[in-house]
Amino acid sequence: MSDHEYTPKSNFGKWFNDRLPLLTLANHLTDYPTPKNLNYWWTFGGILTFCLVTQIVTGLVLAMHYIAHADMAFDSVEHIMRDVNYGWLIRYIHANGASMFFLAVYIHIFRSLFYGSYKAPREIIWIIGIIIYLLMMAAAFMGYVLPWGQMSFWGATVITNLFSAIPLVGEGIVTWLWGGYSVDNPTLTRFFTLHYLIPFLILGLVVLHIWALHVPGNNNPIGIDVKKPSKDTVPFHPYIVIKDAFALLMFMIVFAFFVFYTPNILGHADNYIEANPLVTPAHIVPEWYLLPFYAILRSVPDKLMGVIAMLSAIFILAALPWLDTSKIRSAVFRPLYRQFYWILVADVLILGYVGAMPAEGLYLLIARVATAYYFLHFLVILPILGFKERTLPVPLSITEPVLGGSSNLAVARDDSRLEKLK
Amino acid sequence: MKKFLKLFFYIFFFLIPFLPQVYAAEKVEYLTTDWSFKGLFGKFDRSALQRGYHVYTEVCSSCHSMKYLSYRNLAQEGGPEFTEAEAKAIAASFEVTDGPNSDGEMFTRPGKLSDKFVMPYENVKAAQAANGGAYPPDMSVLVKARGGGVDYIYSLLQGYEDPPAGVTLDDGVYYNKYMYGNKIKMANQLSDGLIEYSDGTKATVEQMSKDVTTFLMWAAEPHLESRHKMGFKAIVYLIILTILVYFSMKRIWSRIETKV
Repeated sequence: MSDHEYTPKSNFGKWFNDRLPLLTLANHLTDYPTPKNLNYWWTFGGILTFCLVTQIVTGLVLAMHYIAHADMAFDSVEHIMRDVNYGWLIRYIHANGASMFFLAVYIHIFRSLFYGSYKAPREIIWIIGIIIYLLMMAAAFMGYVLPWGQMSFWGATVITNLFSAIPLVGEGIVTWLWGGYSVDNPTLTRFFTLHYLIPFLILGLVVLHIWALHVPGNNNPIGIDVKKPSKDTVPFHPYIVIKDAFALLMFMIVFAFFVFYTPNILGHADNYIEANPLVTPAHIVPEWYLLPFYAILRSVPDKLMGVIAMLSAIFILAALPWLDTSKIRSAVFRPLYRQFYWILVADVLILGYVGAMPAEGLYLLIARVATAYYFLHFLVILPILGFKERTLPVPLSITEPVLGGSSNLAVARDDSRLEKLK
Repeated sequence: MKKFLKLFFYIFFFLIPFLPQVYAAEKVEYLTTDWSFKGLFGKFDRSALQRGYHVYTEVCSSCHSMKYLSYRNLAQEGGPEFTEAEAKAIAASFEVTDGPNSDGEMFTRPGKLSDKFVMPYENVKAAQAANGGAYPPDMSVLVKARGGGVDYIYSLLQGYEDPPAGVTLDDGVYYNKYMYGNKIKMANQLSDGLIEYSDGTKATVEQMSKDVTTFLMWAAEPHLESRHKMGFKAIVYLIILTILVYFSMKRIWSRIETKV
């Protein structure tokens, strides 16, 4: 973004740009040199922006018809589903959009983990990303409360009750959060307010996220620094724009399938029962995207320690640039890390699975082992690996392995094999 | 070390599919039938919806409300599609409490298309008092509010049987093999020939269960048909656009030696 020289052609353009350099910004965004070897895992940034905008637009329409009141919320959602023109469509897009958003963000995060995109000089991008992810979880949780079904109510009760684990002031904080002595109308109205606010905070952070990205430029599958602009880069427009558009359309097909053909499969049936403080559902489960953390929470016998473990599981990610001591970014050149990476993926999937199951017997045991491994990966394996691992030789440029003739040809082929996975 | 890790990884993944089976033993297999509304082009069977409405009014509606439905919905496109005259006649056959009038009095009048389905009880407490303490759930979104969906409702209606030896039931509690916990406060409602269908269909328990469940599915998802129609168009449109963009992308990237 710095030292960008651009002079508009028209006189009006010059006049305007001298006063507000929007045209310089637009020119920067189109010309932005991007590594040409980015694979499809890199398209999820654009997909996530699409998800955010979709959630904001559909959310605005829903908010015009929704009534944030404990006695009317459930009815107003049914009103949207039945009597508002295309209300069912807007609501199903919004509800499934949340799931799609998380699906995309998990791919985005795991892409970053594989290719070491969080390492210097991109730590700030990564940390902003973690904050966005935290806000997404808050927004999703509060959004799930708004239809005021059984899972909404009891999910809100369980999650807000976590704060009671704080010594001395815990109970007071919970009462303060609820605005009363149980989850009730005041809780609903404040959740609605915050649910409306958070997406705009996320939007602001996304701008910072992209700004921070545009300073060092994109990481790439082989994780080396590229000269910009050079033979290794292509301008963002049209090359990356068209590729992102293609990936986005593929994503939208999956999205549309959920919205039109299985709109309720990702939700819980109990949320079509109106909230009833006197009846507790048999199993209270959060939405699928929060399950790994729910599993960590429940795997610790002590409530306070459970909450600490759950929060640490998220905050540990913010320390990742310093926990990973390896100088090599991409897992392509890190044979051992690559395997630990896939074990971590399996570990998180297992945590998600046991999070949906009752916390007892074998499930609880698996959850405990998987939780322990999660922390082991970040706190022990990663720091040691950076010193012990024998990494493969890294090519000097992107063009080199592509054109062949280097000693890294085998590695380059290996990478193209990875690219095929897209 | 490398081999060990690989092995560890495979064992991890290998175990995943076995986990649900630990739990599967407790699951009940629901009955199912050839639901016309399933699948990409699924539509409601009009006559099944009309018959289902018949079953609902004759049998269910004495205890179960449907508070989100209005009589106008019966004539709506994608629903039972009674003619407007028929829907008006159905509405008029119900007494609706309205008011207050200019004298401040509540009064009853025949129902109109814009009225919501008349509720069987004044309030939840009255419903509970009349049903041995159990509240007959509102049926508007019932299909979506139960884990097994239509199959669950369809099975439940046919799942009444004598309790197995060793199970004792309190007064007003019945045994149903598909109910969660097997104990249900609703007695078996359907029996062969209980009602007479106007289109001559034989009113077997199976037929009535199917019809009323179809009706409940429509009640829960009144826009299902337009959703399926629009979904097909949207996905075809997206696929065509994706193909076009794919070839544009290939063309643009052909200027660079890197493959996309």
